[in-house]
Amino acid sequence: MNEYWNALAGGLLIGLSAAILMVANGRVAGISGIAGRLLQGVQATTGIVFVLGLIAGPVIYRLFAGTWPAVTVTSSWPLLVIGGLLVGFGSRMGSGCTSGHGVVGLARLSRRSVAAVATFMIAAVATVYLQGFLQ
Amino acid sequence: MNGSAFSRLVATLASGVIFGIGLSLSGMLDPARVRAFLDITRDWNPSLAFVLGGAVAVSALGVLMTRRMQRPLLDDAFHLPANRVIDRRLIIGSAIFGVGWGLVGLCPGPALASLSLGLPATALFVVAMLAGMVLHDRLPRVGPRAQGQGNDRIGIESGRLP
Repeated sequence: MNEYWNALAGGLLIGLSAAILMVANGRVAGISGIAGRLLQGVQATTGIVFVLGLIAGPVIYRLFAGTWPAVTVTSSWPLLVIGGLLVGFGSRMGSGCTSGHGVVGLARLSRRSVAAVATFMIAAVATVYLQGFLQ
Repeated sequence: MNGSAFSRLVATLASGVIFGIGLSLSGMLDPARVRAFLDITRDWNPSLAFVLGGAVAVSALGVLMTRRMQRPLLDDAFHLPANRVIDRRLIIGSAIFGVGWGLVGLCPGPALASLSLGLPATALFVVAMLAGMVLHDRLPRVGPRAQGQGNDRIGIESGRLP
């Protein structure tokens, strides 16, 4: 049952993060957008500061929890490269990922984000389903 | 000017840190958990649905607050996407993203946050992900400049929420 409470509490914090960025700075907390603009040299300082904060998150979590959060990667290295390329390319082409379209877009009732979330959820579920036959 | 550049950076840092702690607590950093959440026909673990549910609920409170505001607390105008067109780029791009997310179980936020653990596997994923972003943005036929719209570099307008 604990994992459900942690999931909810973590989700509330992620929502708080998005609300802060929107109310204070008027901007969308979309990770692929922030990272993509950083790579283009657009709003680079903002991007670096946000990403450094993101990376500091698990370190601060560890101070309170005593352990690192679980990260269990079972994918082979070629699969990690292919998956990474698809995630990077697709999130830029689709103008967002789980954060920008999911957390912020759905909260804004954006039609584009509803379509994007439905599409990437179906694609991800189908991918995991099909992968199950190959293993 | 409504708020200084420095105050906006402080808000950005706070937002990033809270996002990273939330991801750590939620279980989203763990690709095995994410893939169990997506594996709805076998041993489905639905717990991560509470991450999105909780996040959207609080984020929506933020949206409601902004609707009562002329401008954000620390800036002169909102910088939110104004594009409302569901086009092929959105759908194809989201489908490509979903396949990659399903294959490995990492999306951009958790991939970047997990860099602090120093695991070679997630570092490799991040390098490939950033390469995928650069590849998209440089390709003349799909990149934002070829379309002249759609991407956040050009497509975001300042202004109030619809």
